[in-house]
Amino acid sequence: MSTILVLTAITIAAVSGIPGVLSRRDSAAGQIVASAFMILSAAAGLFGAAIQLTRPVTTGTVFPWPAMGNTVVGVDPLSAFFLVPVFILGGLGSVYGLGYWPAAHGSRNPRRLQFFWGLLVAGMGLLTIAKHQMAFLLGWEVMALAGFFLVATEDHREESRQAAWVYLIATHVGTLVLFGLFAYWKSRTGSFLMEMLPRETIGMNGLNVVFLLILTGFGLKAGIMPFHFWLPAAHANAPSHVSAIMSGVMLKMGIYGILRFVSLLPDPPVAWGALLLTLGMISGLLGVVYAIAQHDLKRLLAYHSIENIGIILMGLGLALLGRTAGRPEWVVLGMAGSLLHVWNHSFFKALLFFSAGSVIRSTGAREMDQLGGLAGKIPWTAALFLTGAVAISGLPPLNGFISELFLYLGLFQTTIAGGTGSAAVIAVPVLAMIGALAVACFVKVYGTVFLGTPRSPVGDDATEAPFTMRLPMIVLAILCGTIGLAPFLVSPILDAAGAAWAGRPLSDVPPLASLVPLGTLSVFAVTLALTILATGVVLSRTKKTGRSAGTWDCGYALPTSRMQYSASSFAQSIVDLFSRVLKPRIHHPEIIGPFPLPSTAESHVDDAVLDRFLVPAARRIEKTIGWFRRFQHGVTQRYLLYMLVAVVVLLASQIPFGEILNRFFYR
Amino acid sequence: MTDLLIHIVVLLVLPPLMFGVIGKVKALFAGRVGAPLFQPYYDLFKLFRKRVITSTATTWIFSTGPGVTLVTVCIAGLLVPFGHIPSPVSFTGDVILFAYLFGLARFFTAGAALDTGSAFEGMGAARDVSFSVLAEPALFIAFLVLARISGSLSVNGMVQGFTTGFSPETIAPVILISLGLFVILLTETCRIPVDDPATHLELTMIHEVMVLDHSGPLLGVILYSSAMKLFVLGAFLLNIAVPFSTGNSWLDWAVFIAEMVALSGIIGVIESTMARLRMNRVPVLLVSAVLLCGFAFILLVR
Repeated sequence: MSTILVLTAITIAAVSGIPGVLSRRDSAAGQIVASAFMILSAAAGLFGAAIQLTRPVTTGTVFPWPAMGNTVVGVDPLSAFFLVPVFILGGLGSVYGLGYWPAAHGSRNPRRLQFFWGLLVAGMGLLTIAKHQMAFLLGWEVMALAGFFLVATEDHREESRQAAWVYLIATHVGTLVLFGLFAYWKSRTGSFLMEMLPRETIGMNGLNVVFLLILTGFGLKAGIMPFHFWLPAAHANAPSHVSAIMSGVMLKMGIYGILRFVSLLPDPPVAWGALLLTLGMISGLLGVVYAIAQHDLKRLLAYHSIENIGIILMGLGLALLGRTAGRPEWVVLGMAGSLLHVWNHSFFKALLFFSAGSVIRSTGAREMDQLGGLAGKIPWTAALFLTGAVAISGLPPLNGFISELFLYLGLFQTTIAGGTGSAAVIAVPVLAMIGALAVACFVKVYGTVFLGTPRSPVGDDATEAPFTMRLPMIVLAILCGTIGLAPFLVSPILDAAGAAWAGRPLSDVPPLASLVPLGTLSVFAVTLALTILATGVVLSRTKKTGRSAGTWDCGYALPTSRMQYSASSFAQSIVDLFSRVLKPRIHHPEIIGPFPLPSTAESHVDDAVLDRFLVPAARRIEKTIGWFRRFQHGVTQRYLLYMLVAVVVLLASQIPFGEILNRFFYR
Repeated sequence: MTDLLIHIVVLLVLPPLMFGVIGKVKALFAGRVGAPLFQPYYDLFKLFRKRVITSTATTWIFSTGPGVTLVTVCIAGLLVPFGHIPSPVSFTGDVILFAYLFGLARFFTAGAALDTGSAFEGMGAARDVSFSVLAEPALFIAFLVLARISGSLSVNGMVQGFTTGFSPETIAPVILISLGLFVILLTETCRIPVDDPATHLELTMIHEVMVLDHSGPLLGVILYSSAMKLFVLGAFLLNIAVPFSTGNSWLDWAVFIAEMVALSGIIGVIESTMARLRMNRVPVLLVSAVLLCGFAFILLVR
């Protein structure tokens, strides 16, 4: 039943953009039809996923595939878990696009965007339910190519084109690695079916190779450091709802790939869990450190996605270590933290990107140092951004705290229990530092963009987002709040998905509710939220009897908005702390003489992998290979000469040189 | 039941007294008589009677800063046992909630500071969040040490084991994390050597500069919450640093109050004898706290 529903949802999503393509460029009707189709597909898909999550039944539907024999698709709780953010964001983003990228008001390439949006959601749905590697690859490629066209929506801008090219290169390198993985898999097991890999056919060396191929191929999509180089530019230059679905869901498809294929490998050694944990720590820490050094709003949010993928990987590493050490509590807590963080990140990152889109739409600026004081002008966006910011910093009572709590509890258990894998405890101070850096970063973002006074006139005509943009944000904020205030609602879902990953029946694994006091947490969160609301109301009553004046500012008489702390100055202490890693480039102003002329200062932080390694390396390779350009001169006669030389060489290879030498010299 | 009531009463009533004790100790060192011991209470009553002046640049975030700080510190106070008497609320994992409640307070305090659109408040907010980047890992390593010693993940469980005596291999780590936690206490409550609460020069302020524009009841709430924060963190530290319990409930409460007064006295002595560190040396102090706690953990797992 659920398979049929999900397949229907995928089909509807795939065709949702076609009516728009067939209509006029600036017609709103095509866009509305596409959104309606997407909402329908989302409803069907969510219903199908909900059936699997509450009453798990493993089924497989067989489809004929001409070259490969048969292909199998099926929904199990793990797939259903990942389908939920796919369809929620697919539907909500489509509604958001009605207000954000309206076809009738001269937006760039609206029909193409709708078409590939539907294909993206369809591709992601297909790869999640695929049980055969070819169907998986089909969904993967559809998703990747649709993503390329979505990133390049604003193709009149140079940065968007470049970002799309880098994204395409990265995703195709990943697909190549996946080709290698599936070919190796087939050569050892003889089939493309995604089933448990038997140890005898492949040996430990083979298993290690398979694991590294999985990590590389899916890591390029998930954005694990050092494979993250495509992420910042692609997410910054895509339209905001595209960034939301890429950040919120497409990265998770890489995580899904890692989860699914690692679950098929038997007997994981300690090194796998340790490697995942280490990569998670590096991605988490460096991601947030790079984020805090950015001053472009969407680039900062993109680096935060890398940080959260790092946290998800840490949970996965802990779960693998639990499997190795035979400790089911670590597996349950690690998987629960990791999976819940997948959902949480989809929801609050999409909320943040949607709010950022609202800011960009009203001010036309992405640069935080030009904004300021927007909370008075766009109050709904400000309040929703605040919800997303508190959630992503992992603060109670919202949902980010719950998933990080699961992860902390699992990691603390490793030191209490001791034994194999207990070195995982090093992740605890790293996670604490990541949390503190995330708080710092989002105080910076929220304070610079929404609070204070405007730093430049760009925000003077800011208007609040229309209802089609606010509704998805409100829905996402409610989801964040619900998970944070009532975590016991999602714990059976987490149990089902975690058991599906571990390949055990549900009765075999300790339930999450026995390891974490979810009821008490919920009571605490609700009490916290209510008391904060009550205190806030009481304290703001005091303003009624008071009066208002300009900011006192320790008695400074003439403050200007340019004297405020900007985003870069707020982050300066932390950037200096991490300057060995970040290597910020600062161009100081030229100040010559007692009456200097106006001058400029500029600072930015290059991406370590892309700007400091890949681009210089690519330039050097280009120069070396450039020597071979002399053979591409376009003169037809010389090309004929090449053909003649090639024919002569091939014929000459038939001459028995050995015989001739024997005849001349040895007889 | 009486323990619960006494806990709440002590949490709500006693904290400003600690500020009075610190003031008296500093006056003693300076050869003055100093303000009365209950001066902070008089200040609070005066502030609550005054009117509020709000800046035209601020939004509703401005009044949530003090509100969130007060609520989070109160709830954190309910999680910490005072003087080895079990705390009213305790569950697995509440130690992480304890740390992240302070993070929530920091988020909204810094937000309220940036709300005013002033350069000074931005400076204080930037410094505060930057120092927490180094203080949080130290705090969590201390939690790890305590979790490993006690095998429990709640604040109550972590500190209860100390009343039954130490096994010899835990003494050195506990001393080291007591020192580390003391440095974290000074950082979080913004005392010397991290910040000088008595000066109002922007070059030297962290916490004080963040609350420059608050007035009237809002400033009173902020003053009260910072006293309560010192009290709660000090109570947490004392559970570990002074691991003796008499067993009689009333005597325990009296001993606890005496310990808190002694801790405030020690803080006063530090404030009178040391100068504030230069701002770029404070990360060095915090890294040394991380190293102390880290070394304690290594000693424990070796």
